[in-house]
Amino acid sequence: MRELIVSELSLAYHEFARELAHLLPQLIEMLIIALLGWLIAYILKVIVRTVMRLVRFEKLSDNVGASQLLNKVALPSSTELLSRLVFWVVWLGFVLIGVSVLGIVGLQEYISRFFLFLPHLFVALFIVFFGLMAASFFSRAALLAGVNANLPSARLLSMAIRTIVITFVLSMAFEELGLAEETMLVAFGIAFGALMLGLAIAFGIGGQDLARQFLERRLVHKKKEEKEDELSPL
Amino acid sequence: MAEESVLTDDFLRQLINVGEVDILVGLPTHNNATTIGPVVQAIQAGILRSFPRERAAIINADGGSRDGTPEVVTGASIDDTRYKSGVYALRTLHSISTQYARTPQSGAALRTILAAAELLRAKACAVISPESVSIGPEWIDHLIRPIYKNGFDFVAPLYRRNKFEGLLMRNLLYPMTRAIYGAKVREPYASEFGFSARLGSQFLKQEIWSHEAGETGPEMLLTMFALAGGYRLQQTFLGTKAHVDHGSRDLVPAMRQTVGALFWSLDPSFPKWSAVTGSQAISTEGCEHEVTLEAVRVNRKRLYEMFRSGIAELDPVLSSIVSAATLAELQRIAGLAEDDFRYPAELWAKTVYEFAAAYHTSVMSRDHVIQALAPLYRGRMFTFLLENRDATAEKVENNVELLCQEFERLKPYLLELWNSGK
Repeated sequence: MRELIVSELSLAYHEFARELAHLLPQLIEMLIIALLGWLIAYILKVIVRTVMRLVRFEKLSDNVGASQLLNKVALPSSTELLSRLVFWVVWLGFVLIGVSVLGIVGLQEYISRFFLFLPHLFVALFIVFFGLMAASFFSRAALLAGVNANLPSARLLSMAIRTIVITFVLSMAFEELGLAEETMLVAFGIAFGALMLGLAIAFGIGGQDLARQFLERRLVHKKKEEKEDELSPL
Repeated sequence: MAEESVLTDDFLRQLINVGEVDILVGLPTHNNATTIGPVVQAIQAGILRSFPRERAAIINADGGSRDGTPEVVTGASIDDTRYKSGVYALRTLHSISTQYARTPQSGAALRTILAAAELLRAKACAVISPESVSIGPEWIDHLIRPIYKNGFDFVAPLYRRNKFEGLLMRNLLYPMTRAIYGAKVREPYASEFGFSARLGSQFLKQEIWSHEAGETGPEMLLTMFALAGGYRLQQTFLGTKAHVDHGSRDLVPAMRQTVGALFWSLDPSFPKWSAVTGSQAISTEGCEHEVTLEAVRVNRKRLYEMFRSGIAELDPVLSSIVSAATLAELQRIAGLAEDDFRYPAELWAKTVYEFAAAYHTSVMSRDHVIQALAPLYRGRMFTFLLENRDATAEKVENNVELLCQEFERLKPYLLELWNSGK
């Protein structure tokens, strides 16, 4: 009996030692890959940060309103955020490659899914950034046009345009990521519809005077309103 | 002659048939049938009277008129003019019309005229506004003679104006141009002007035509180019500047056309203007300025309210353009009651310079920078109207001079902003 136990234990030990001997090089390989990945990711992070600073990405981000948005949710600057994102995506990629070396069954599929997801992530980020840029441009254009046309609610109009564009952009980004597609679509439909309905009601009830003034200005030539323009600026 | 490519084949054929000319008068038009007839007759009379021995051509660059403007130009009978003026030309006076586009574009119009002038080897050219209903035949002589006979390269006009007309010119364009380029050109944006073949050819070669400033404000850019390039300039008194009523003429397009072009010109000419200090008078023919004092009805309250609402609504935009100190000062004056409101010359000059620097660094769309200046200009306009309500012509002139001096005094501030890249 005792001999049997010793023999079994010895067999288990040899099995474990063989497995360990088989796994150890793979573990070392994984660690090397992860370490190398960390180094490459860090170098890429520094490069991205430097390039962003050289092209004054921070300023561009300020102009499109992305910096203010990040500030509000206590996130670091856009340059820092983007360089960190590059670092984590690259390093995580290397770690996953390293893990795949271990040959764990079932993990391969998740790893390949991750790599397939990466292009979508970058496209979504691209959509969000340029969407914010478009939202900022169009809302500012509306604000300036409204102020110069002496509209009483120029800022409201500008904010409405910004909200519509950002909602549209976020729904596009979520669709690209494939996250809660239907929820986002429905949410967007409800938000957009509510906004339009709200604007229609506001314009129809709250803005009766504004609508009348607008139509009068369009259809009835009230020259006295244009006195400023009688002074030729040139 | 690469500029031939901007001319249509038909137009090119007509120009080749003309051969060479000594004098060319350009007429950029768009639906000006109601005013163009007398303008063409005045041009013809001016050429017959002052340059009867010279070969001359009138070139009409039309932007897709639908009211028969080109037909009026080409159909204006020289015989009527001869009969009225009693002078006979010794040469044929050619009138050619071409449509450069289906919609009016001042850049394309001027480019067409410049290209035609270069092709015809015109020695002296003038551009006349089709809306200048107060034009007399002597305008042609005043604009072309200094170039044709006295070797000047650019002739800017001087007009008799009401004290409240041309406020953008008096409050921004003249003071800033004078401070920047050191030359006292009273009308840097001119709808009538003369230029030499040398200046026209050089300007035509500039890489400006595809830029927005080149498309909307080429006249302003031509003046800036002449100033920065060290060309010989003269200004000449033409008489009353008639104002054609446009109904709802907008301030913003006028600012794009002039202020936008002025700001844009600062980039390429920086080495030149950064070294200029003070300002010098330029050669002037006739009186330098003539101001009429008739009363003008203006809705001042509206200007004041638009300034105030502009400051309140545009806060996020203005904070990206002007400094915190300037914005605080603007907000302070926006809080003043109508009777106490003043937009001081120093603050105005600082504001304009900060806008110019913001345009230079493109803190946002450059067109938005120009649009954001419009409500502030209304505040300055209000102050100008108030300060000069009962002022004599001398007092108005004195106030304009003080403003110009303020722009000159603060020029180092603009350079500081420029060099710091803020």
